[in-house]
Amino acid sequence: MKLEINGETRNVEQGTTIVQLLDLLKLQPDRVVVELNRRVLNVAEQGKTLLREGDNLEIIRFVGGG
Amino acid sequence: MIGIRLNEVPMRIEEGATLRRLRDRLHPEADLLIVNGFPVAEDRRLEPDDSVVMIQRGVIPTADQLETLMMARHTPGVHARVSRGRVGIAGAGGLGSGVAVALARVGVGQLVIADFDVVEPSNLNRQQYFIDQIGMPKVEALRDNLRRINPYVEIEVFDGRIDAQNILEVFDGVDVMVEAFDAPDQKAMLAAAHLRQSPRCPLVAASGLAGHLASNAIRTHRIRDNFYIVGDLESAAEPGRGLMAPRVGIAANHQANAVLRLLLGEKPE
Repeated sequence: MKLEINGETRNVEQGTTIVQLLDLLKLQPDRVVVELNRRVLNVAEQGKTLLREGDNLEIIRFVGGG
Repeated sequence: MIGIRLNEVPMRIEEGATLRRLRDRLHPEADLLIVNGFPVAEDRRLEPDDSVVMIQRGVIPTADQLETLMMARHTPGVHARVSRGRVGIAGAGGLGSGVAVALARVGVGQLVIADFDVVEPSNLNRQQYFIDQIGMPKVEALRDNLRRINPYVEIEVFDGRIDAQNILEVFDGVDVMVEAFDAPDQKAMLAAAHLRQSPRCPLVAASGLAGHLASNAIRTHRIRDNFYIVGDLESAAEPGRGLMAPRVGIAANHQANAVLRLLLGEKPE
């Protein structure tokens, strides 16, 4: 199925969860903010939310330092 | 009559007036007279457009006097809006202490600062603390330092960890929120919790400011209306690429300027 991730179209398998997608993108779930169709998710939701055709994702990664 | 500025305020004086006579009439207690940026010991005739500052050494200006100076520097409209601002700062490390100092200097009315840490020797390479503050809780040390800059800024501190459960209570009523944590998971947690719970309140976060890479790689990025990230988005603090005062300071001041622009109703980026 097709998703839009940070403005780019990408194909992933049906039944992929957000955590699985993050793993695919080599991103750590606790270091990103995920917006699914403009709604910001909490970490618990990332694990159980199944992606659907046409979903729009914005994934914002944080690196350490302050 | 000629126009001069006295302690930042425009005024008109009679032609031929001298510095000492003006001092004796308006500020007889002043023991340091500065004209156009230079201390002046002898009496002299004042010229049109001279900028005169009269200081009584060792005396702290009153809130009204400081207000007058800030208003003159920042223009009354800007000063009025900034002084009504209430800003939350999550984290008082290199970013948070730098943001707090800039916002106190510019006269933001209220700062709410949270951190759970104490000042360690290794912090002094970039954070706004002093060597005699090692071991103090950061929020207390920072409050002391901010009061020495501008005692009229109201400062609330929270000495503890911020999480999704207490963020609203600790940062109650802030106009702008600053994410200034160090650890990437804490940054993400704070950003998600704030965006979920206070979607109308702008968030200015930071990511990617370690090392001594180019200054200009650090930018203010707009992610959404109400969500901004300062940094190069890439350079993590890691072995071989530590956090250093110049870039951390650049990022902190990007954040502070974004806050200032948001308080003034302008777009940060």
